[in-house]
Amino acid sequence: MNYKYFPQTEEDLKAMMAKAGVEKLDDLYAQIPESIRFKGNYELPMSMCEQEVRQLFEKLGKENRQLTCFAGMGVYDHYTPSVIPSLLQRSEFLTSYTPYQAEISQGTLHYIFEYQSMMAELTGMDISNASMYDGTTACAEAMMMAVAAGKKVNKVLVTGCMNPLTFEVLETYALHQGIELEVLPIRDGTTCLDDVKARLAEGGVAGVILQQPNIYGIVEDFTGFADACHEQKALLIIDSVASDLAVLKTPGEWGADIAVGDGQSLGIPMLFGGPYVGYMCCTEKLIRKMPGRIVGMTKDSRDQRAFVLTLQAREQHIRRQKATSNICSNQSLMALFVTIYLSLMGKQGLKEAAKLSYAGAHYLCDELLKTGRFHLAFDKPFFNEFYVKYDGDADTLYQRFIEEGILGGIRLEEGFLFAVTEKRTKEEIDNLVKIAAL
Amino acid sequence: MSKVIEGLYYSESHEFVRVDGGYGFVGITDYAQNALGNVVYVDMPEVDDEVTAGEEFGAVESVKAASDLISPVSGTVVEINEALEDQPELINQDAFENWIIKVELSNKSELDNLMDAKTYASFCEK
Amino acid sequence: MNSRLYGNLIFELSKEGRKGYSLPRNNFGDYEIPASMQRAEEAQLPECDELTVVRHYTNLSNNNFGVDTGFYPLGSCTMKYNPKINEEIAALPQFQNLHPLQPKSTVTGVRALMILLEKSLCALTGLAHFTFKPYAGAHGELTGLMTIDNYHRSRGDMQRKKVIVPDSAHGTNPASAAVCGLEIIEVKSDAHGLVDLVDLERLVELEGPSIAAMMMTNPNTLGLFETRIPEIAKLIHDCGGLMYYDGANLNPMLGASRPGDMGFDVMHINLHKTFSTPHGGGGPGSGPVGVREGLQEFFPTVSPYHGNFGVMMRAYAYILSLGCDQIKMVGPLATLNANYIKESLKDVYELPIDTMCCHEFVFDGLKDKSTGVTTMDVAKRLLDYGYHAPTIYFPLLFHESLMIEPTENESKETLDGFIAVMRQIAEEAKTDPDLVKSAPHTTPIGRVDDVLAAKHPVVTYRQLKNEIMK
Repeated sequence: MNYKYFPQTEEDLKAMMAKAGVEKLDDLYAQIPESIRFKGNYELPMSMCEQEVRQLFEKLGKENRQLTCFAGMGVYDHYTPSVIPSLLQRSEFLTSYTPYQAEISQGTLHYIFEYQSMMAELTGMDISNASMYDGTTACAEAMMMAVAAGKKVNKVLVTGCMNPLTFEVLETYALHQGIELEVLPIRDGTTCLDDVKARLAEGGVAGVILQQPNIYGIVEDFTGFADACHEQKALLIIDSVASDLAVLKTPGEWGADIAVGDGQSLGIPMLFGGPYVGYMCCTEKLIRKMPGRIVGMTKDSRDQRAFVLTLQAREQHIRRQKATSNICSNQSLMALFVTIYLSLMGKQGLKEAAKLSYAGAHYLCDELLKTGRFHLAFDKPFFNEFYVKYDGDADTLYQRFIEEGILGGIRLEEGFLFAVTEKRTKEEIDNLVKIAAL
Repeated sequence: MSKVIEGLYYSESHEFVRVDGGYGFVGITDYAQNALGNVVYVDMPEVDDEVTAGEEFGAVESVKAASDLISPVSGTVVEINEALEDQPELINQDAFENWIIKVELSNKSELDNLMDAKTYASFCEK
Repeated sequence: MNSRLYGNLIFELSKEGRKGYSLPRNNFGDYEIPASMQRAEEAQLPECDELTVVRHYTNLSNNNFGVDTGFYPLGSCTMKYNPKINEEIAALPQFQNLHPLQPKSTVTGVRALMILLEKSLCALTGLAHFTFKPYAGAHGELTGLMTIDNYHRSRGDMQRKKVIVPDSAHGTNPASAAVCGLEIIEVKSDAHGLVDLVDLERLVELEGPSIAAMMMTNPNTLGLFETRIPEIAKLIHDCGGLMYYDGANLNPMLGASRPGDMGFDVMHINLHKTFSTPHGGGGPGSGPVGVREGLQEFFPTVSPYHGNFGVMMRAYAYILSLGCDQIKMVGPLATLNANYIKESLKDVYELPIDTMCCHEFVFDGLKDKSTGVTTMDVAKRLLDYGYHAPTIYFPLLFHESLMIEPTENESKETLDGFIAVMRQIAEEAKTDPDLVKSAPHTTPIGRVDDVLAAKHPVVTYRQLKNEIMK
């Protein structure tokens, strides 16, 4: 009967059942009506030993193809320092729960405080929370925050140049919250201030959501947007790729009220979609309206500096239906991941990686344009991702890339969205161009 | 035993109104501040905001709880107690002294719907 | 433990000019980022060498407590053992470098895995389809409620905006309903701690056509099995509502009963509770949502890809390891462990509902309240003895709630040790109450001033530095 995760011996069982007042284990469920009592075995295979589990997964793993990644659209193939997986596997981080008992969770509370500090620095904002699930849900929460902060307004303007996957999530939340989303027109691959002003003037707008870089990889000029929003008492929300903020003008510098996005670009492996980590930062004024956990500094009974979960009165376990959100578990371990990443890469490393990505992307773009078969859809500045049209059959070319072991960007509308990170070598880029030129 | 003051009007959600001519000073009672614990933040409306009897106009937060403030009266906010911005704990020190908003009452008959000190005191004991 | 390094923030260990990374050389030629694009002020991130970073985080971990460290009886969290084979599987290289938008033909292994996991969860719950998009339990609750709302909307039934929850429900239930634009109505618990059917009938009579669903967990937050669940389900279904199962308490049901058979239409599972994936200090989790046949078309898009895929891999490795022969033992063993503790302590701790519990139960503080020692004090004193405290002050039904959930992985010796310490603390409450009231004494820090933290929030290093300068 015994099993490696169940320590109870026959002797133990006898003694414990006696204390619990039952004669057999089945009696523990005497109160469950017969009609719904599960009997027999679940439709699952028999237990497997470790090597059998390994074999099964290895077999499945072989069916996945590792491709040289030139795809982005919110998920990027960045370098992961070796230090991180080894630290993340420390069981005191991995197997602990939310730090409700501050006295034995100073490890977690310290790193969350560091994470908050670093994300605030990166985004140029005053405050950060302890993380959200991902960039798309962080954006949805920011949308809800703007509506809640406003006075009986339920419209939110969204850039037409938003990642359609993010937009789908916004639509989902908006539907059930009775929020009206209005998509701004795309003007030559960017968002136009005049459109925003015109729409704001009509009234009823709680917030405006922009994306940087936008879906086409374009780095937009958001001069004047914050002022326009604030004049009409709307909040400005900017969704940015975290790693790009090492170099790019920050949401804080643009005058945003809320900065959201995904931290996946900070070294987190692509992992087929998750876990990643969403970030949410805001101005000091909005701190009590922000969802998610927040760690603050305080003193303990021995007058030492200590950290603790604070402003919990916003959260579900206290505020229940009036809570700023329903979020409990977030992505804490991934916040630790990002914190260690930012500690290792630091001020200089993050900039260097961003510069490499920028250079690689612009080199690829130039080389593709030189083939004469590609042209940039929009003559606008980009960072490490760009959108080109191809004069041949894009699907066929995409297939050819795959056959050669390359994930040749993302097929977006009629063209290709290519992304380059510090992981792509000149050889890999030249190889892609060679195939593309055929 | 919580403090209850004569001459004030009380709501079932533990707010009080101290009437002064055509104005009402609104705050939370001693019973309420005791239940909340250390007040760390008071979310107040702005001057010129409208308040409506029975509707929420703000919130009082402690470490372990957050309570909506339900206005016992209707009218316009003419003053907020700015001292509470930096020292929210004043409410714990003296809840009745440290009112939250001053309202220009639009409908004095609403006071008839509220409890007097004696009725409120027995209400609290239940 | 290097106590000199304890208590620092990485910023305090930073020094200009240090670096902890290595990147390839830039051989792409002259590509300068235009100044107009750039941020004016650089981000004040640390500059540390690799060893400093490693030491810092290693030392931080030494001030934490995990399931691997010791007994973690947090009620409603299911702090079970996180098997290491799951970690090994989740780190397999063939699953790391996959872009979620890669063509389906290049990731057939991943897709096969998701189908296998879905089939397993269906077998265990009695439901027909699962979506893996929700990233956590609360996200799953939201997804489930959205599914129900979508279902009613599709039938043109736009007035069903109310959700019934027991008054013992976890805070996420009303919060999730609010995010879904639904209103909560509470049904009372009876003297036995179960849903009061008379009150439920009254609510259904009153609100019938506006009821979207009833949302509950079974066993409930007191660890008690809702024996009349078939009647409850019938009441709700008859008035046109759906039944939602909060999967937080699924653990004791493995081997006992399936939510689908109980009459539930929609449920979420917390993979990080029932299926052993690590809690990670507060996530990442995974909250797959299951539905009975016919509801799958109403799944909302709450995330772009397939949820926290890495977490799902761990859960499937767990299910494979246990198999049909062992997984049915999880419930009974977790339940036995809980009842064993309950029976061993109910003479010194107040047991408001003295009946067979499932995987967890609630004490209402010490029996002897005259000492003034509270549940908070007991929890803090437990830390001195090397245990993580149970869940405190939840559920809200009792003033001094202490919710204990041992899980099935704990040995009788561990439980006996815990029981002895709990008895010891009860004794200390009488002989030396101040010792308990001022606990903990042996942890890296003492009790924290959370009033100060809330009144005057300092949440970033920049704010911290400004504080020092004041």
